[in-house]
Amino acid sequence: MSDTVLPPAAAEPHEKTRRWGEGLSLRWLQHAGILGAIALFVVLYLFYQLNHPRGFTGQILIQNANEVFALALVSMAQTVPVLMAGLDLSVGAVMTLVGCIASHLVAGSPGEIALGIAACIVAGAACGFANGCVVVYGRIQPIIATLATSAIYMGLALILRPTPGGKVHEDLSWAVTSDLREFAATFGLFDNGEAAWLQPFAWIPVPLVLLAMIILLVWVPFTRSVTGRTVYAIGSSEGAAYMSGLPINRAKLAAFTLAGLFAGLGGLFLALQTSSGNADIPQAGAYTLNSIAAVVIGGTSLLGGTGSAIGSMIGAMVLRTISFNFRIFDVAPLLQPLFEGLVLLAAVSLGGLKLLRTKNKLEVFR
Amino acid sequence: MSRTADTIMAPRILRLGSDDKPVVFAAGFVLLILLVGTGYTLYTQGSAPLLQPQYLLQQLQVGSFLGIVAAGLMVVILLGHIDLSVPWTLTAAAMMATAVGGPWAIPAGIGLGLLVGIVNGLGVAYLRVPSMIFTLGMNAVMRGLMVAHTGGFAPQTAATDLMQYLAVARIGGMIPVALLVWLAVSVAVVAILTRTTLGRGIYAIGNRERAAYLSGIDTNRVILIAFALSGAAAGLAGVLLAGYSTKAYQGMGDAYLLPAIAAVVIGGTNILGGRGRYIGTLVGVILIVLLNSVLSIMQMPEAGRQIIYGCVIISMLLVYGRGGRVTG
Repeated sequence: MSDTVLPPAAAEPHEKTRRWGEGLSLRWLQHAGILGAIALFVVLYLFYQLNHPRGFTGQILIQNANEVFALALVSMAQTVPVLMAGLDLSVGAVMTLVGCIASHLVAGSPGEIALGIAACIVAGAACGFANGCVVVYGRIQPIIATLATSAIYMGLALILRPTPGGKVHEDLSWAVTSDLREFAATFGLFDNGEAAWLQPFAWIPVPLVLLAMIILLVWVPFTRSVTGRTVYAIGSSEGAAYMSGLPINRAKLAAFTLAGLFAGLGGLFLALQTSSGNADIPQAGAYTLNSIAAVVIGGTSLLGGTGSAIGSMIGAMVLRTISFNFRIFDVAPLLQPLFEGLVLLAAVSLGGLKLLRTKNKLEVFR
Repeated sequence: MSRTADTIMAPRILRLGSDDKPVVFAAGFVLLILLVGTGYTLYTQGSAPLLQPQYLLQQLQVGSFLGIVAAGLMVVILLGHIDLSVPWTLTAAAMMATAVGGPWAIPAGIGLGLLVGIVNGLGVAYLRVPSMIFTLGMNAVMRGLMVAHTGGFAPQTAATDLMQYLAVARIGGMIPVALLVWLAVSVAVVAILTRTTLGRGIYAIGNRERAAYLSGIDTNRVILIAFALSGAAAGLAGVLLAGYSTKAYQGMGDAYLLPAIAAVVIGGTNILGGRGRYIGTLVGVILIVLLNSVLSIMQMPEAGRQIIYGCVIISMLLVYGRGGRVTG
């Protein structure tokens, strides 16, 4: 791990100025995972659009963006504990629980809706905070702690929604699952979405705008903060982070709270998208497992310390695009899980190639 | 750290090694569950069916499937890895066993589990893919293969007589054969873990793989064998479960992964590997099975069950499963 942080040249005295290319190649190496994920996504998605009978239209983009949003957020949620070399098995359950809360609260007058949305966000963050408390103060391994809390959250979700149902505000549901023009038109903003300056952006799906906003307003500031840096430091070496006087407990609590917040936002969107709440245990489990896959595809190491939520978002897009392609090519639905599994295995096994580069056999062991 | 100081202060009889504590507490909790359940039935029906040997043996018979899965999983968890491919390895083994039929049914099921385990081991040990993600991928692949094989329906083939005998029959009308199979697996796992170099290697790798490698252990081979054992155990559980329900069906293994992990961890095995005793896993399985059974006797709705389940795991671990403080 240390060798990626410090280039070999840094250890030597700086007699010769480093060549221009070295710094650059180091930068590329550090982001190899996420760049690979982006390349994979671009190739797969272009392939999909090229082969789609109605390819390169706004409709397709909106549909895809809607399908990707919840998984993208759950994967971003999963990233934060993984950066600390932990794992959050409750992200799917938090998503489901918040979705069930949303199906009760996000309706009625604008004021009630705003309060309902706020309640959903707070509920997600609170679930994450509870996870953090169990991990930090209970000193229980994250994977087991969240396995237990996910059962509790699913129980609560089942109490709220014993059977699928509920209702969310229809206009809001329509507005956040279509493009910017419709969003503006629904709420009577910007001349009902016909304002001239809006036209270049009018085709952008709202979910993508929301994703960009969440990344810019929540994730980027978080990684720039001391708390965020501490999360990365804990993943690299918790002992070293402690000895450096970093706020370990605060960072852990913040990381799990952020994970809960992201997962909750995903659940809120899912409720808006499906206009209902559904305490579906298999679905929650599938989201949790897919989030781990997305995190790995997005270039975040399960051993902690490197990666980012942006990569996981791309990873989620890759996973979803794979299934989009199945739809286009009419792969028998029965064969889809097989191909998904094979693609996942192939993607992660490529990581095995880096073993060929290791000079010291001991480096392959943790 | 402070724990060792406590145990030295305590009188000799009360001294519990840190490895004994989980077993004692989990066993105590099993008794508590039985007491609460009996109190409930005495109150509502005026009888105590929970304390009859017939009921307890019945629970052990049902629990033997989970117990076999947990036995295999524990070996992998001791390495500091995890096997998430259990659900569909189990299902695939059940489906293959019923599809092959005849005298080769059981070898086919266990062999398939062994094969999946070996592939897992190759990926984790030789390709160094994190076990979490590799076994997850294998789970998806097995699911895909089985869905393609069966067309997404429950297969029509039935379990062989021998499979049904192993899962359902009772010797002398009392002792379930499945319990004996579980016992045999348990003895084998205990023997491997405590009496062989392989077992010592498993604990050593769980503590620090680098050190194990430098002490001359072929760590890759040990990891491979451990995953193969876990796969074979899942396969055996699948064969038995198919015998129990006379056929294989889609998703029959889904209900076994998380309870098995919970049972292993409640039994005091460290999820990061290197520490844990098999007796703990045994008690953990009994705890989970009895908890489920008593909750269903109390007609607890699914929501309440999930919440109690989670609370039990957390509170058990708060008592004895806490990690040390990081101090550099």
